[in-house]
Amino acid sequence: MDITWYLVLSAFIFAIGAAGVMSRRNPLVVLLCLELMLNAGNLALVAFSRMHGGEAGQVFALIVMVIAACEVVIGLGIIVAMYRRRLPIDVDEMSELRG
Amino acid sequence: MSATDYGWLVLAFPVAGMLIVAFGWRLLPGRLPGWIASGAILGSFLASLGALDTVDGEAHVDSAWTYVDTAGFTADMAILVDPLSVFMCLVVSGVSFLIHVYSVAYMGGDRGYSRYFAYLNYFVFSMLLLVLAANFVILIIGWAFVGAASYLLISFWYRRTTATYAGIKAFVINVIGDVGLVIAAFLLFDNTGALDYAGVFGGAEEAFGTNDGTLVVACLMLLVGAFAKSAQLPLHTWLPDAMEGPTPVSALIHAATMVTAGVYLIARMHPLFELAPTAADISAIIGTATLVFAATVALVVTDLKRVIAYSTISQIGYMVLGVSVAAYGAGLFHLMTHAFFKALLFMGAGSVIGAMAGIQNLDRMGGFRKAMPFTFITFTIGALALAAFPLTAGFFSKDEILAFSIERGGGFVVLALLGYVAAFLTAFYAFRMVFRVFFGDPVPEARELEGGHVAHGEPLNPMTGEAEDTDVGFPGPEHHVAEQSWPMKVAMAILAVLAIVGGVVGIPAATDTLEHFLEPTFEDSRYIDTHPSEGAEWVGLAAGGLISIAAIALAYVFYIRRRGITLQLRDRFAFAHRFLEHKWYFDELYDAVFVRPFTGAGAFGRRVIETDFVQGFIVGGATGVVRAGTSFARAIQTGYVRAYALLLLLGVGALGLYFLVQSS
Repeated sequence: MDITWYLVLSAFIFAIGAAGVMSRRNPLVVLLCLELMLNAGNLALVAFSRMHGGEAGQVFALIVMVIAACEVVIGLGIIVAMYRRRLPIDVDEMSELRG
Repeated sequence: MSATDYGWLVLAFPVAGMLIVAFGWRLLPGRLPGWIASGAILGSFLASLGALDTVDGEAHVDSAWTYVDTAGFTADMAILVDPLSVFMCLVVSGVSFLIHVYSVAYMGGDRGYSRYFAYLNYFVFSMLLLVLAANFVILIIGWAFVGAASYLLISFWYRRTTATYAGIKAFVINVIGDVGLVIAAFLLFDNTGALDYAGVFGGAEEAFGTNDGTLVVACLMLLVGAFAKSAQLPLHTWLPDAMEGPTPVSALIHAATMVTAGVYLIARMHPLFELAPTAADISAIIGTATLVFAATVALVVTDLKRVIAYSTISQIGYMVLGVSVAAYGAGLFHLMTHAFFKALLFMGAGSVIGAMAGIQNLDRMGGFRKAMPFTFITFTIGALALAAFPLTAGFFSKDEILAFSIERGGGFVVLALLGYVAAFLTAFYAFRMVFRVFFGDPVPEARELEGGHVAHGEPLNPMTGEAEDTDVGFPGPEHHVAEQSWPMKVAMAILAVLAIVGGVVGIPAATDTLEHFLEPTFEDSRYIDTHPSEGAEWVGLAAGGLISIAAIALAYVFYIRRRGITLQLRDRFAFAHRFLEHKWYFDELYDAVFVRPFTGAGAFGRRVIETDFVQGFIVGGATGVVRAGTSFARAIQTGYVRAYALLLLLGVGALGLYFLVQSS
């Protein structure tokens, strides 16, 4: 089975997500783009799984989904906290980690 | 019981007393701790009498256990009971007992009453251990113990800053002496291979020739120890300051017993000093210098207790001169009589200071003769004995030392003549005290006491005038006067009797009891047959008596008949007066030579070494290097999340490319 098209699609989605993470300043959109990148990875995992005929790749994909859910919970929690403290909803404003 | 059994008992009583008072004081009501402590010392005194009864001229050594056993060398927890140590035990425990009794009343109102008696018993134990030691190890232990006891008792009123400073000063100078003693013991051990007295003295005869360099150094180190403890030049500065302690402590430790330990040491080490005559001569010269120096200072000091303190330094100078010219019997005789009359003088001074509500300044005193007849009589007896007035105890002992010096001939005659000059000064300052305290117009405090009650001033530091309270750590609220409390009266009366009749054990040609008693200890002396002839001794006594009477008469003229004359003299010889008033500038000299350079070095170390070098260069340099080295790493940490994401992506991309290139 040829998985080239799956991988090309996956690479496109990943590139769109990465570009979004780096170019957008709204943390909500950044989180959405992160989801895109994770799901691009999921797609590649499932495609490889199909190619090899094993289930490991699908299990990995499920685990990635769980992690993605957790990450979104934390990310949204941070965003809500920023909103509550009337901070600007802008990732460039949150630069306290500067060395 | 054998003599050594009594020796162990002598040590056991004060230890028991100390432990009972120190640990059981909560259970002991009122003045009971003081009486228990006094009883312990009385037991010690009775055991000393038992030892006196059983000692037979032999040196009895008894070991309780082996203290050190290593590398072919042993040191025992051993005591030596011979006439010399029995004599010292009798003087120490006897005078200590009387001073304990005096203290029961004197310290009655103090909040530290039980602590005081625990310290006092500890001191007596240490002193007895020192004199009973049979080897250098135990001697050094006792030596250090008495130094510690002295420190504890000088700083007894520990909230009084001047007292704590005085305690530190005494302890530091005493430690200098301890170091000298330890070095001496080491040098002797190195050359003789023994630390017990018999072994060292026997080994020294074989190991050293006369005036061997090492032996002289060892003896000089012994002298450092002796002079620090006995407050001889140039290590005397602590003793006047030690008067910050309670007056009975001054009487016991800083007049009658501890400060004479140096005299005992020289007498005990006489085989070494006779083998090293140079060291003995140096000792005699320093003793004489000290006795003249201290007598001149005592002429001008206005603090009553410090006058007696300088007098103590001066009198110990006589003893050191005595034992250094091999007049051992005479030196120890003076040690005994001095213990009697000096303890008595301090007790009298304590009584007067009590009546003055703590004031010690002679300028403020006067006219106490009617108010305190008992103190007046006993103090005058003490002053007469100090002045070597004919037929008092000091008369026989002091002149025997000087007669012996003359008999030794040569330069010793000069020392003896200086001793006579100082004897004149001694009699003069002794009666300066008597006339200024007890004669003249009564001061308000004396009038109040004549009316039957004791003056109560505000509690304050007599040195600086700082305000104090009467709680623990400061003197108690009650001022005790010998006239009003019987334990003080009893102690002073006994000492007064001893100060008069104490001389009977050493009247030349009539009752040389003491000399004969001590003879077995000193029979190996090479000067055992050197003895002033009877005629010379009587001439010396006559001269001493005349000097004493003349000086007392002069003091009478100066302080009673023509009172203004002292002020005129002071103005005429202002320079000399200032020189003496500053105690020959010894304190200032030590301040400039030792204290200032050390504080300067300390300040330099703190400012330059600590602040600039350690903190600035080492610590600051290390942080600077790390800071510079990490500036690049810090620059990457922009804090922009998107920049991190870019870097991450680039990194992953680079890794992916690398693996791609590798795998193809």
